[in-house]
Amino acid sequence: MSELRKTPLYDAHAALGARLIDFGGWALPVQYTGILDEHKAVRERAGLFDVSHMGEIDVEGPDALRLVDHLVTNDCSGMSLHQVIYTPMCYPDGGVVDDLLVYKLAEDHYLLVVNASNTEKDFAWVQENLGSLNVHVRNISAETAQLALQGPRAEEILGALTRVDLRSIKFFFAVPDCPIADRKCLVSRTGYTGEDGFEIYCAPADAEHIWNALLDAGKPLGLSPAGLGARDTLRFEACLPLYGHELSPDISPLEANLGFFVKLGKDSFIGRDALLTQKERGLARKQVGLEILERGIPRQGYPVLAGDTVVGHVTSGAHSPTFNRGLALALVPVEHARAGTELAIDIRGRAHKAVVVKTPFYKKAYRKE
Amino acid sequence: MASVVKFTRDHEWVRVEGNTAAVGITEHAVHELGDVIFVELPEVGLSANQGEKLAVVESVKAVADVFAPVGGVVTGVNDALTGKPDLLNEDPMGEAWIAKLEIANMGELDGLMDADEYEAFLKEEGD
Repeated sequence: MSELRKTPLYDAHAALGARLIDFGGWALPVQYTGILDEHKAVRERAGLFDVSHMGEIDVEGPDALRLVDHLVTNDCSGMSLHQVIYTPMCYPDGGVVDDLLVYKLAEDHYLLVVNASNTEKDFAWVQENLGSLNVHVRNISAETAQLALQGPRAEEILGALTRVDLRSIKFFFAVPDCPIADRKCLVSRTGYTGEDGFEIYCAPADAEHIWNALLDAGKPLGLSPAGLGARDTLRFEACLPLYGHELSPDISPLEANLGFFVKLGKDSFIGRDALLTQKERGLARKQVGLEILERGIPRQGYPVLAGDTVVGHVTSGAHSPTFNRGLALALVPVEHARAGTELAIDIRGRAHKAVVVKTPFYKKAYRKE
Repeated sequence: MASVVKFTRDHEWVRVEGNTAAVGITEHAVHELGDVIFVELPEVGLSANQGEKLAVVESVKAVADVFAPVGGVVTGVNDALTGKPDLLNEDPMGEAWIAKLEIANMGELDGLMDADEYEAFLKEEGD
């Protein structure tokens, strides 16, 4: 693994006996004890993830809002101070460059948190679209570590390490100055598991200290370190899209069921015309959830059949640890997208009956007050 | 009756008693796969040549084919794995055998590794 990039927590993972894998050029833990255990820990108690590989792009200056609002499909102009929003970022043809979180840190200061494997591409894309705007853009990924603490006990665990009243942090809001274990952090009530929880940004030099402090504080409450394996099954159950699966340059956010995050009422943003046309003409295909009715596990790329005809492909598929059955997300023609429609998934040459179900598969009642 | 255990480079084991072979996957294979959640067993009566696909083991992470370590006819399958696939995580070399074969050609066993050779092979593969 010597050529792989290491997060500041590499040694901590190794010490915990994690199984490290090559994840887009990063050495990251896929699991510590087991994916199912870690998945369950996050749903029932709490899990701690190292997500330091994620990319961070800092946007500051008088035209910061104009730039960000032009780049993404969601509406940033109405954001409150310290609010966070989820948004796709599109090419002019409506295909997706990436999906990201936008943090409003000040009136003239935004932070974009992007997918690790897209960081360089995204940063280049942002720079390409600067035009004559008065704004300073920096890729601060290397100087930013990120931990995610997720699960129903996350607030209790994190609360032991900070004087900030965490109950005051609303869902999809951040506190830019929230010291954790006496180290400077930006903390937001966000995450990628379908559970309540926090994402913690800090200096790489502080990451291990915070990681260990969280594990210590969380031990009596059943906190487990959790790897990429559980991260994927958790986000899958919650139907949170994964770039390269549900989203890509060939899939529009409307097709991916993310219309809520595409504000066509905005004056202009990259991809608006294409997405508006797509909406006016009506979508040809759409992402759906599928529940498999026979024993078998659907995986990415498996063909989806209507009768004997291949009509689409699985974009993500897994055995759901929570529901103990095979579930899939798939992109299919709209005529097959209605809940209750019977389809089949070709699992290694044999058609397995499946039915279109409502998504998300797993829905938690977030605390939003 | 004394039994002999042999191993393949694909991490299957075979326990031979008389002309019957119990077949499974090794601890190493199970460790690599992680939590096993589904095992697709062969049909009794299936005839497989050495190296042909016999079963499929799926973990949360991955799908792995199990190949016949020796050729033969399937005389039994471990139905316990249908209800409890994670038996493979608990006892891959014992309770969690996958299928039994009536060996067609005993000579094929000679090409497989014994326990020491397999251990050496794992070390080599790990490097």
